[in-house]
Amino acid sequence: MSGLRHKMKEVRGLGSAKSGVGHWWWQRLTAVVLMPLGLWFVYSLIQLLPHAASREAVAAWLASPANTLGMIALLAAMFYHSKLGIQTIIEDYVHKECCKISLLILNTLGHLGLTLVSTLAVIKLHFGI
Amino acid sequence: MASNIKQDDPRPLSPHLQIYRWQITMAMSIVHRITGVILTGGSLLIVAWLWAAAYGGQDTYAVIYSAIHHPLGKIALICWSAAFYYHFASGLRHLFWDIGWGFEIPTIYKSGAFVLMFTIIFTFVTWFGLLKGWAS
Repeated sequence: MSGLRHKMKEVRGLGSAKSGVGHWWWQRLTAVVLMPLGLWFVYSLIQLLPHAASREAVAAWLASPANTLGMIALLAAMFYHSKLGIQTIIEDYVHKECCKISLLILNTLGHLGLTLVSTLAVIKLHFGI
Repeated sequence: MASNIKQDDPRPLSPHLQIYRWQITMAMSIVHRITGVILTGGSLLIVAWLWAAAYGGQDTYAVIYSAIHHPLGKIALICWSAAFYYHFASGLRHLFWDIGWGFEIPTIYKSGAFVLMFTIIFTFVTWFGLLKGWAS
């Protein structure tokens, strides 16, 4: 894409919008992935919640490799999609540069942390409590 | 074109929300964003639930479980599921727009009505199934 842009654009300070179409594309890709995963998760919760009064019930559900992989895929796609969405909101409404940069970093690291923590919990539950 | 070099020049702004008459299309767009934020908030509950199940004791897990089992917790879950179905259907609508489908005004209104119907029906079906097996 960058090959199509005239050098004069960069000289005039009208360079690329940072990462180009990457944000847009990943938002759509994770959206498509989240559609089946999200419905599967809600369906699983409907089955699970009435019996999930104990930790063992959650561990029993996650003993299955398919459910574990489904959850890890869901968490990764969900938190990445969430990160991109919240990033857009910060970029739209926070105009003070220092606040914006701080919030964007917090957003990225926060979502990364949530992904790691929840994935670890799922793996732990997969191998039993 | 010297003015293009200085980025802090006051640039003309496009009219923003307060300029326009409220319309269903714009309200639905805003609700898509709001439901996205609600779902991000709800994802924290998923993390807390998984973490309590994996690493919390039976007591910690009982706190989380009794919170979602409480009537107020259930109301929160109902709102959460409605936000999910809205964002799901509205997101599907956005994906169709991305491939260039459905930009005609009558289609926009029809797909908007579909999103609202989808949200109401699926939220109802979900909780009909859930509350039946989950006596309070």
